[in-house]
Amino acid sequence: MIRFFAWGALLFGSLFFILPLLGMTEFSLSMRRGVYSFDAYRSVLADPQFRATFGYSVVMAVFTIAFGVLLVVPTAYWVRLRLPGLRPWIEFLTLLPLVIPAIVIVFGYIRLYNTSSFLPLTGTAMGTNFLLMFGYATLALPYMYRAVDTGLRSVDVVTLTESAQSLGAGWITILARVILPNVLVAVLSGAFLTFAIVMGEFTMAALLNRPAFGPYLQIVGANKAYEPSALAVIAFIITWGCMGLIQLVTRFQGHNRVAR
Amino acid sequence: MATSPRNGRIPLHWLGVLPFFVFVFLFLILPSLYIVFGAFRGPDGGFTFDNILGLNTRTIRNAYWVSIRVSFWSALFGCAIGFAMAAAVVLGGLPKPIRSPMLTFSGVASNFAGVPLAFAFIATIGPVGLITVWLRTEFGINLRAYGFNLFSTTGLILTYLFFQIPLMILIITPALDGLKREWREAASVLGATGFQYWRMVALPILFPSILGTFALLFANSFGAVATAFALAGPQLNIAPILLFSQIRGDVLGSPGLGYALAFGMIVITGAANALYIWLRARSERWLK
Repeated sequence: MIRFFAWGALLFGSLFFILPLLGMTEFSLSMRRGVYSFDAYRSVLADPQFRATFGYSVVMAVFTIAFGVLLVVPTAYWVRLRLPGLRPWIEFLTLLPLVIPAIVIVFGYIRLYNTSSFLPLTGTAMGTNFLLMFGYATLALPYMYRAVDTGLRSVDVVTLTESAQSLGAGWITILARVILPNVLVAVLSGAFLTFAIVMGEFTMAALLNRPAFGPYLQIVGANKAYEPSALAVIAFIITWGCMGLIQLVTRFQGHNRVAR
Repeated sequence: MATSPRNGRIPLHWLGVLPFFVFVFLFLILPSLYIVFGAFRGPDGGFTFDNILGLNTRTIRNAYWVSIRVSFWSALFGCAIGFAMAAAVVLGGLPKPIRSPMLTFSGVASNFAGVPLAFAFIATIGPVGLITVWLRTEFGINLRAYGFNLFSTTGLILTYLFFQIPLMILIITPALDGLKREWREAASVLGATGFQYWRMVALPILFPSILGTFALLFANSFGAVATAFALAGPQLNIAPILLFSQIRGDVLGSPGLGYALAFGMIVITGAANALYIWLRARSERWLK
């Protein structure tokens, strides 16, 4: 009896998730009347706007990840090593981007960093790119920090640091060659999640007027019929790929680590 | 403890977290504070409640109300369906190999939000979507005639469920794992039926987790812009889209009112998250 209901709940739920994926795939293939074809994909891939915005978002994602890692890893390490009393505060701060909606944060950016302010970032395209990167890094902060902090938990930070120091290593060497390799899996998990977030982000890029993938998707959606579905399939594959890579690196770690 | 910094007097070890605090201050705290202060600042720069009081117009009240309704229902259904699916897999005696793919898929689906999600639903139950057309040609059922419209609040709730349900599954599965066998055995030794066990033991223990996740899901959909924007366009009257239009073109005709609108959103998502954090702390007492 219970098993019957369990199967029912699972099947009903699965149907809810499979149907939209099926719908978008089917729709993306039916651009040519009567037969399935990849015409919509061909049309999307041939669009120079697609290449430009996709490339822009990939570059932004890479820079966001690099910036996030440089910001989060030393901080999380230092807090574990020297300032453990600060942890609850940092944890609270890193959760704030989940509390304050992205649209409110970017609203603050636009008003705070306009051309007449102390830091006129929105005055130039490059400045706005930086602002957008900081915005992305803020959105990814909860995930990045959580991942790295969890990674550090399974590492004996104090002993590693002392051993490295007694061998004559400086702080940069310790961070880059001792700590980072130990939390690499966590960093990669955070990085792939950041990548997925940046590739799909719409609000910040749209309001800062940057030619990112998210706003491009919205414009295509408002003007074309079959291409949006093809783009949705591509976006889903990116998300799936990022999550798959997280699973892969996590599993890889399991094989690598010596049992205690 | 490791060796202390060379300068004993000046606490140099604070420098290690300085970049982080500078970043968070500049790109998270300061922008938010700017909005909050802006909500209480008049055109002349003085303190005023006019902006907050100005929110009390039909359009804005309506926008908040629709947002709250959409968030409430999508969170409620998300919790109920997510709970049912997680419980089915954890406690329902389904084959073990189902569990891991379901959690992986939940991770993907909870991140598959924004514009592409709207496209997927348009292609499925939009005016010429897969299901819409199938129902019409095979069974002669016209969804429109039954009052269903994807570009309405009902459609929005349905679409939001696609990331709400997986989020619930991801959060509630560990809580369900934490239910100890011994509790169930103890209850049945004392003569409790399955229903009594759920009503008097399991649900009270899970309740803080469920309610907390509900608050989180509520906040999650309350701040979402992209899906709604791609689904229904800028004319859909919900709070985040109204704010979006306000930022783009001052549709409310008063900058102060824009700050107040954003401030109201922070208050609502902040309250929901505070509830979540408080309830999570409560639920962790039992599930350790």
